Amino acid sequence: MKTVSSLLDSHWYQRYQNISKLNIRSSIYDVTNQCNLRCKGCFFFSSGEDKVAREETDPEKWAAFVDSEKQRGVNLAILIGGEPTLCLDRVAAFYSRMPTYCATNGLIKVPRDRFADMMVGISLWGDEEDEKRLRGKDTFRISSKNYEGDPYTYYLYTITPNQVGRTERIVKKIRDVGLKVHMQLLSNDEGVDGFYWRDGELADLRAEMDEMLDAYPDTVISSKYYHKVITTGKMLDRTFGWAECPSVTEPMDTRNPQPRRLIRFIRWASDLETMHRCCTSATRDCSTCKDGAAHMSWIMVNKRAHMRSSEDLQNWIEVYEMFAKLYQFIPW
Amino acid sequence: MSHESNFEQTIRGVAAIVIEELKLEDVTPETFDPDLDLIDEVGVDSMDLATVALVLQDEYGIRIDEEDYPKLKTLRLIAEYILENSPVKI
Repeated sequence: MKTVSSLLDSHWYQRYQNISKLNIRSSIYDVTNQCNLRCKGCFFFSSGEDKVAREETDPEKWAAFVDSEKQRGVNLAILIGGEPTLCLDRVAAFYSRMPTYCATNGLIKVPRDRFADMMVGISLWGDEEDEKRLRGKDTFRISSKNYEGDPYTYYLYTITPNQVGRTERIVKKIRDVGLKVHMQLLSNDEGVDGFYWRDGELADLRAEMDEMLDAYPDTVISSKYYHKVITTGKMLDRTFGWAECPSVTEPMDTRNPQPRRLIRFIRWASDLETMHRCCTSATRDCSTCKDGAAHMSWIMVNKRAHMRSSEDLQNWIEVYEMFAKLYQFIPW
Repeated sequence: MSHESNFEQTIRGVAAIVIEELKLEDVTPETFDPDLDLIDEVGVDSMDLATVALVLQDEYGIRIDEEDYPKLKTLRLIAEYILENSPVKI
């Protein structure tokens, strides 16, 4: 039987031990149906998820709900929306009770006197030109001023097909405002013209993402194995899709056979009763889904499948470390 | 049958379940080191533990609370847990 220590030297074994017992159990919460942007390609609005549930507005119900989530075993709240910073009291209900990550477009600054060490991920879609076309404005200009040098903030840089060959300028801009960056790929849910991935682009992008990681290791939070999996949709000898996705809401998961999945994962709508099917839109084609977190989780829940060789297990460790850093279970 | 042999038998029974449920290769109930750390060495995660716990509960008629999972680090510790929590004397 292959054991962890037979596959790893002492350096890698120590890294493995640093993460092997973290036991992260996340769920995702739509904090609000409102947003201060209306982006072309946003899965939340393009699939009508903003209309499926009436927003709960009673702060006490939010507090009680978070308590019940904690009882359910959740130890990482991932807040999305809509725009969570429009409802900071709801964000506070989570932050005061468990490790919390807040996804935001960065237009509103999270007050650090209330949310001292809450992890903030700022969405960034391509460069200024892409941002204006898809989101109506250059959000980086505002968000970078709001969060410059913040140690608990990173950019979630969604790379569009137009960015291939042009990512370095964005990575440098982020480095220059003293922030980190994690990269993922546009899924183009709304079918915006000019934003489809063309043959060969993803292979080129993978090489470029690797180059960015090598050139800016203090800024880019990533791993080459993640780049491989997210650009190819392949892990080991398997293909990403509905049958494999780990990020399906547990009570709605009727798949048979059941794949390895996130235990207790639910994506809740803002009425605190309705559940969404998965971490993204149920209208998305799973075979072309490029959701970064789902691909990361896919790797993470398949640890023993990566115990084929030293290289496979080291790849798994790097991805788990990346995830743990992004949510500050371990330091940058 | 002595307590010692019951204990050894339980360890082998647990080993058989772990091997079967986790589809482990190149190991048998007889060769599975009862003190091998399942998380640090075998790579078992919480989903694996939940899968194994369900079968153990059926097999031995015990209840395993999820908060006890961290205690179940080796085959020996699992066997001890079973013997301590079994409603009938095994």
